[in-house]
Amino acid sequence: MTYLPKPKLHHPSLQKNAVGFTRRDYEGAISTLCAGCGHDSISAAIIQACWELDVEPHRVAKISGIGCSSKTPTYFLSASHGFNAVHGRMPSVLTGANLANRELLYLGISGDGDSASIGIGQFVHAIRRGVDMLYIVENNGVYGLTKGQFSATADQGSKSKKGATNTDAPVDMVGMALQLGASFVARSFSGDKTQLVPILKAAMTHKGASFVDVLSPCVAFNNHPGSTKSYDYVREHNHALCRMDFISPRAEITVDYPPGEVREVRQHDGSVLRLRKLPESHDTGDRVAAMNYLHACQARGEIVTGLLYVDPEAPDLHEHLQTVEVPFNTLGERELCPGSAVLAEINAALS
Amino acid sequence: MTPLAATNDFVVKFANINGSGSASANELFAKCILRMGVPVSPRNIFPSNIQGLPTWYEVRVSEAGWLGRRGGYDLLVAMNPQTWDEDLKGLASGGYLFYDNSKPLPKFKFRDDVTTIGVPLTDIANRTWDDPRQRQLFKNIMYLGALSVLLGIERDVIVQLIGEQYRGKQALLEPNVHGLDLGREYASQHLQPIGLKIERRDNVGDRIFVDGNSAAALGMVYGGATVCAWYPITPSSSLAEAFQKYCAKLRVDKTTGKHNYAIVQAEDEIASIGIVTGAGWNGARAFTATSGPGISLMNEFIGLAYFAEIPVTLIDVQRGGPSTGMPTRTQQSDVMFCAHASHGDTNHVLLFPEDPHECFEFAAEALDLADRLQTPVFMLSDLDIGMNHRLCKPFEWDDARGYDRGKVLSAEQLEAGVPFGRYRDVDGDGIPYRTYPGTHPVRGSFFTRGTSKNADAKYSEKGEDYIENMQRLKRKLETAKKLLPQPVLHRAPHAAKDGAVYFGSTSPSMAEAIAKLDAGGMHIDALRVRGYPFADSVREFIDRHEQVFVVEQNRDAQLRALLIEQFEVDPARLVPILHYDGTPITARFIASAIGERMGSAEVTALRGDKVA
Ligand SMILES: Cc1ncc(C[n+]2csc(CCOP(=O)(O)OP(=O)(O)O)c2C)c(N)n1
Ligand code: SF4
Ligand SMILES: [Mg+2]
Repeated sequence: MTYLPKPKLHHPSLQKNAVGFTRRDYEGAISTLCAGCGHDSISAAIIQACWELDVEPHRVAKISGIGCSSKTPTYFLSASHGFNAVHGRMPSVLTGANLANRELLYLGISGDGDSASIGIGQFVHAIRRGVDMLYIVENNGVYGLTKGQFSATADQGSKSKKGATNTDAPVDMVGMALQLGASFVARSFSGDKTQLVPILKAAMTHKGASFVDVLSPCVAFNNHPGSTKSYDYVREHNHALCRMDFISPRAEITVDYPPGEVREVRQHDGSVLRLRKLPESHDTGDRVAAMNYLHACQARGEIVTGLLYVDPEAPDLHEHLQTVEVPFNTLGERELCPGSAVLAEINAALS
Repeated sequence: MTPLAATNDFVVKFANINGSGSASANELFAKCILRMGVPVSPRNIFPSNIQGLPTWYEVRVSEAGWLGRRGGYDLLVAMNPQTWDEDLKGLASGGYLFYDNSKPLPKFKFRDDVTTIGVPLTDIANRTWDDPRQRQLFKNIMYLGALSVLLGIERDVIVQLIGEQYRGKQALLEPNVHGLDLGREYASQHLQPIGLKIERRDNVGDRIFVDGNSAAALGMVYGGATVCAWYPITPSSSLAEAFQKYCAKLRVDKTTGKHNYAIVQAEDEIASIGIVTGAGWNGARAFTATSGPGISLMNEFIGLAYFAEIPVTLIDVQRGGPSTGMPTRTQQSDVMFCAHASHGDTNHVLLFPEDPHECFEFAAEALDLADRLQTPVFMLSDLDIGMNHRLCKPFEWDDARGYDRGKVLSAEQLEAGVPFGRYRDVDGDGIPYRTYPGTHPVRGSFFTRGTSKNADAKYSEKGEDYIENMQRLKRKLETAKKLLPQPVLHRAPHAAKDGAVYFGSTSPSMAEAIAKLDAGGMHIDALRVRGYPFADSVREFIDRHEQVFVVEQNRDAQLRALLIEQFEVDPARLVPILHYDGTPITARFIASAIGERMGSAEVTALRGDKVA
């Protein structure tokens, strides 16, 4: 891996958003990833999405595992607290953090090695529980940080840079997320900002477990002919499901689409996802249809991207556990300690 | 054969079949004796995987108040035919065998040197009830009735306890009292009095009778834990379950019905500790309860929490080895392992409760210590304390006591310009300041990672930064020594040249052993350590004595190894006294092991199995 210093992301406008921050305020430290690494484009899309959504940077918690992908939280939102946890265990740390304070926006950043191999159990269970988070897998089909071993998302028959062929069947995390009950499931491509940014915005406003698989080519170890996670391969085989616009609750809805081609999904916070259907597209409210569609595309050798499924009403973990509205980390003795009089009763019952 | 005779000082062993409903009758037996003012200490013995699902319940009755396991038993209530032979073999000579004689047994099934007491429990039950389930169930209360006549347990006491147990459940109350009386009637009419007796005393006082896992769970409620993540494992599961039970009573908002707690039964122990770490990082008090195998899985996270300085509270209810290894037997064998859990130069804070009272106290204390020290804190309990009811001092809570949330900078402090660098040693005690995520729009954010950082939490792989951080962590451990529960000294009645160090569940047997040794003219001072790293006074204690016996329940003398490591004392002066067969250590064992090494002629007397 090279450590080419990259200039801090520049943006022509220092225009402020509704909460008074410029796009710059959402940036992080200078990336140390390889020039051209897909992960950097995802960081840029996260920055863009948070700025456009008027998220206050300090109200975000960035949590990751280990890998090149998991390093990226350092490269965006430096005003947010971040946590580089251990390999494959981002989901549990995020779950605990979320339980402690339900008011922050939780970004879980992981890689395909981090989530589809060592951490597959935690991925599965965090999704099952409906933890309110945006779970992003920056999926390059390899272990970038440990220099190019196959990951579990590598396609059968794909070739490593050193020429080895992967013979194991791939794990499809999107299919798994659908099956496990994620209430927002999408796939995108790091090279397609117009698609990725609205998806991230929609996922950030979604309450519940949002899962976004972002194909993110590794220029150092997985961008060669024979790889199915290279820029060229993904561009050629990308089957975009639909184009999506994200309309925040504050924005006036002015754009008009011919009825019949547009499907609107209103989320719990009032934001609207406006899906412009492509001819073959499907109903994003139908989990079974989404799974079928995914498999049909897979069988044709297409990589389906876009929003596959959303359930705007799904309850999250806090609802399941019936926790109080205020963050746990603000509760003190008064709320939590039953006191000595109650203890005297307990003692009496035990004697 | 002279039948044993003893008042308020003997051991009863119940041999039952799991699921036969015996547990509540047996517990009732223990409680009746307590209500008569006589101390008892019961122990459940339940192998995890043996045919016939046997369980045993051993009740030591001790007017003198000795609560450790005595060893041996004087009265056997043999209700499990599958374990009959083994059970009978262990009965003390001169003891009493109580059994259901509805079906005749061949003569060779009995022993000549014990008194045999038969009661046709099945016959009476079959005559009285039609429902097979009831016939089975009420046999238990019937044997309790018969035993109460034999031993002199007052009927009123039993009836009152049954009433408390089935308050509002008339349908259960009446047949239970009826079953009790059937047993009593039969015993009064057909059985001879025996040599073992319960007589009223006033030796229980205001003590409570509770298991350590429930006590620890309640301590977590009082200490302000809001997040509990766990994965089922014997012998710790009942702790998380008790937390659930207490929270449902004590932590639900009366008006909204909302919960001031979250309990996650995680997919494994790695996720449990991950959830606790995430919650601790984000400012909630969180804990996990597990046993050795779970700690094994948690190691990587424990190291991360140590180096990233995140408050984490763990309760390890210790048991024997991994996999199928003795999961239902007690040990103190995770001491070394927890002290240095995870890779890298780690060193963790440990607390050693002696009984449920301290389980409660230390659980709440652990939450304070974890926040104050920003580090993992382990409470090392074990199966013996955790899963058995034990007589102990009532729980105490001072309403003036606030939670010590440690060094956390508030939004106001950040706004006022208080300088912040996550890992700077501002106060010289090794403990840095932290901020909760989301506190201030532009100040106080930092990035949490392992060791590759400088004092301002910026990424750094520089050797100087690493060393500075590691030295500070060491200073923090020095600070910890002063904050932990201090050791408890028991001074011998006469000047003693030898001492003993012990901890945790060894405590009641140690107290009894010291009394035995004293009675034999062998005096030792004893120090019960309650926390690790050890206080300086532990070193002083060792220095003051010629030899120090280190009494513990593991093979490798783990506490002793930590003493040698921390104090660099001459290992020859620390004499290991080790008990590790999975049964709780006894006073007989300790007294004879120490007596032998003190070169006393009284040793044989100490070892002697004077039963009853
Ligand atoms: C317990 C543990 N095992 C192994 C590693 C080594 N390791 C670091 S990153 C990594 C793979 C990362 O792959 P991925 O999540 O796909 O991230 P990428 O670098 O491709 O973005 C491995 C195996 C580790 N850090 N911890
Ligand atoms: S994922 Fe690949 S391209 Fe990206 S930083 Fe790692 S090695 Fe470089
Ligand atoms: Mg990868």
